[in-house]
Amino acid sequence: MLIMEWNEIRINQEFEYTKPPIDKAQLVKYMGASGDFNMIHADDETARKIGLPGVIAQGMLSMGFLGQFVGQIVGNHGFVSRLQVRFVGIVLPGDVVTCRAKVTGKDEIQQTIDLEISTETEPGKPSTIGNASIKFKN
Amino acid sequence: MIDHKLIGTTSKVYEFEVEKGAIRAFASAIGDDNPLCFDEAYAKSQGYASLVAPPTFAQTLRIPFTDLNVNVDKSRTLQGEQEYIYERPIVAGDVLRCVSELVDIKERQGKKGPMISFVYEIRGEDLKGNFVFLSRTTVICR
Repeated sequence: MLIMEWNEIRINQEFEYTKPPIDKAQLVKYMGASGDFNMIHADDETARKIGLPGVIAQGMLSMGFLGQFVGQIVGNHGFVSRLQVRFVGIVLPGDVVTCRAKVTGKDEIQQTIDLEISTETEPGKPSTIGNASIKFKN
Repeated sequence: MIDHKLIGTTSKVYEFEVEKGAIRAFASAIGDDNPLCFDEAYAKSQGYASLVAPPTFAQTLRIPFTDLNVNVDKSRTLQGEQEYIYERPIVAGDVLRCVSELVDIKERQGKKGPMISFVYEIRGEDLKGNFVFLSRTTVICR
């Protein structure tokens, strides 16, 4: 696990974390755990009906990877106080998702860190883009 | 086609009890092995009452669109944007009172005709009325 101390974090510092390849079983597992039963994530026929090549991964799964990743940066020193993304590209079974973060702000009084975050399936091909904040324990 | 008067519609109040099993299942589906999500003794040693939910766990606290008078074919919707703001992490044992509100409806011309998107917020409080989280979701209908 990553876990950064408050004093180790500096502006423009970058972090990266790559997830194992997504498979269809993970999409079904996530569907069950999240309670979102949009069948375009489980049934190829439903996905093709709306012009997709087949089932696609939940955008929220990529956001979940980012939640895990930002959570790894703070570890037990605080918590993820904000997580925001735009979904900008589709993720397919077999894709390998890489999470990226860059420190954009460090507030010594509030003890918060701001980050630009994104996921991509290959270099230059983002699937989510957004921002996160971490609140450190005082 | 769009009824802007729907903006401001709120759902009824839903009370969700956060269970340890739901936190573990959600973290496991993501592949998030954070011990705060799995090891209650560890979570307690870090000052939490029980297991800590992953940052996107609020997604499981679901309020039907129909509560907001929005009727859409689920398979024709795509999520455009999502934001979570937390005052503190959600932990197992929390009972959260949640209300959803339709905060915006937008229409724009897409490549294949008009596209409608709507934005809704879910606000969660504990039983004492303390703010816990805000979720803001943009859904695009195609």
